[in-house]
Amino acid sequence: MTLFRTLTPAFLLACALLTGQAGLAQAQNGPLRIEITEGVIEPLPFAVPDFIAENGAAGEYAANIARVIASDLAGTGLFREIPASAHISRVTSFDAPVAYADWKAINAQALITGAVSASGDRIVVKFRLFDVYSGQPLGEGLQFAGTTQSWRRMAHKVADAAYSRITGEGGYFDSRVVFVAESGPKNQRAKRLAVMDYDGANVQYLTDSASLVLAPRFSPTGDRILFTSYQSGFPRIYVMDVASVQARGLDEQPGTMTFAPRFAPDGRTVVFSLEQGGNTDIYTLDSQTGNRQQLTNSPAIETAPSFSPDGSQIVFESDRSGTQQIYVMPAGGGEPRRISGGAGRYGTPVWSPRGDLIAFTKQNEGRFHIGVMRTDGSEERLLTASFLDEGPTWAPNGRVIMFTRESAGAGGQPALYSVDISGRNLRQVSTNGPASDPAWSPLLP
Amino acid sequence: MTLLPKALLLVAALGLAACNNPDRFGAGGAGGAGGAGGGLGAGGIDSTGLGGAGDPTSVAYFQQTLGDRVFFAVDQSSLSDTARTTLLGQAQWLQTNNDYAIIIEGHADEQGTREYNLALGARRASAVQDFLISQGVAAGRMRTVSYGKERPIEVCSTEDCYSRNRRAVTVLSMGAGA
Repeated sequence: MTLFRTLTPAFLLACALLTGQAGLAQAQNGPLRIEITEGVIEPLPFAVPDFIAENGAAGEYAANIARVIASDLAGTGLFREIPASAHISRVTSFDAPVAYADWKAINAQALITGAVSASGDRIVVKFRLFDVYSGQPLGEGLQFAGTTQSWRRMAHKVADAAYSRITGEGGYFDSRVVFVAESGPKNQRAKRLAVMDYDGANVQYLTDSASLVLAPRFSPTGDRILFTSYQSGFPRIYVMDVASVQARGLDEQPGTMTFAPRFAPDGRTVVFSLEQGGNTDIYTLDSQTGNRQQLTNSPAIETAPSFSPDGSQIVFESDRSGTQQIYVMPAGGGEPRRISGGAGRYGTPVWSPRGDLIAFTKQNEGRFHIGVMRTDGSEERLLTASFLDEGPTWAPNGRVIMFTRESAGAGGQPALYSVDISGRNLRQVSTNGPASDPAWSPLLP
Repeated sequence: MTLLPKALLLVAALGLAACNNPDRFGAGGAGGAGGAGGGLGAGGIDSTGLGGAGDPTSVAYFQQTLGDRVFFAVDQSSLSDTARTTLLGQAQWLQTNNDYAIIIEGHADEQGTREYNLALGARRASAVQDFLISQGVAAGRMRTVSYGKERPIEVCSTEDCYSRNRRAVTVLSMGAGA
């Protein structure tokens, strides 16, 4: 870990954006700061005492919100919570002065305090973040208001704000993940679409298990989900409206199979694979007019397309060289350029929402890896290794990747895992049962 | 007279074998499954109409005696000599037994990414379809579908199982072709 006590231009910019002022630059010893890409060794210690319940109805949320915040931050591997049992100081009022010496004494470098008030089905959550060693608030206090049902989301928003201020990166806690919930034996797997908070809470099932479903993907605003279903007896791409849970088929050409759909950044164009006569190519479809355009035309398998965040390019996999490799082509089609060059097979490329990296699945010498490379194929880094890792999806901030890991053998089961782009903090995401094919939503509004 | 119960048992056993084919969970294989059901229920009297693997016009004969599936090498969709022999038998049978519609299912083993395996399964199904067409089976009777790695029949994670999962299965159903 690198706890910077010197100012960096990037941090000044981040502060200015987050707080609307650059006043923190005057902090005596420099700001509280974690540089994620440095490869954190020692997590930053923080304290988040139970929030203050400002009225009776807020009582049930005050402690729970603090627990969710602590879990979000500690779950990144960048932070370590100092438990309440070690706290010296008690926070009794949201506006009381902070006893910095008490927090310093237990080595808490960051402190989050907050208060909750509830009335009817409404809840208001406010918080402050303090840099204990500097003896100063880090950014301004913030307040979130919403329904009592969304109390976890408000906790995630507090954690996102704290994470952003300390790391200079965007947050990702207030987000959802759509995935495939699996059940049954390996040769008779039942699959249904489900969506959950990024941390596994609030699971909702979107389809029943009557039809096999695969690889759901969120739209850029999170309001729709693309997926592949065998509902007709043949794999076809569908789009589901999240609010109404109504789905419709997008491409109904008989004698073809469509799969691997993903939205373009415009939220209207869908890029996908279409198979006809045994050959699979990449197409785009205007989801409003139904206009279809063929982007690749080769006898090889072209699949797993993913747009660059500026919408100008598409990364995809092809076995035109004889093995699965990763290529980039212009968004309207055109000559692809191969970017993967190492040993083994490369598939399921996904462009980072920051635009800087491409995540992929690699198979080499009987093992599967999740890895990242720059968009020109350089600086390949493998983040994981196992019997079967596949299908990376990016957190909204482009710093964390979630993927499917399946264990071997007759009792093999898939589960969701996450890892950060430095390869650290590999952990299983909690789900109710076996799960596969995660796709992260954008940060919720 | 004592031969009859033994014959029924044989039919029932063969029917069960067909029923155990787990890779198809729809209408396909209904002939075999129906035979088993009849064989086990009410003394098995109804099972004779559907026939067993000994009846060359039965679905069970197609599945078990001729072989309803062919196997592929790792990441390949080309037909081996063994596969061609099997498919020649299938093609002859399908031209004699015109009442069946045909779905060719392509499958892959679990060593591969989901999307690629879907495309690979489609290649395998298509290779079988092209061969059957070349042997005179009407293209209009056939459709292909790929299950990628979604429907293994063997669940172990060794080459022994993988080699039986890399397959294309010719599934018959009454109806559209009749």
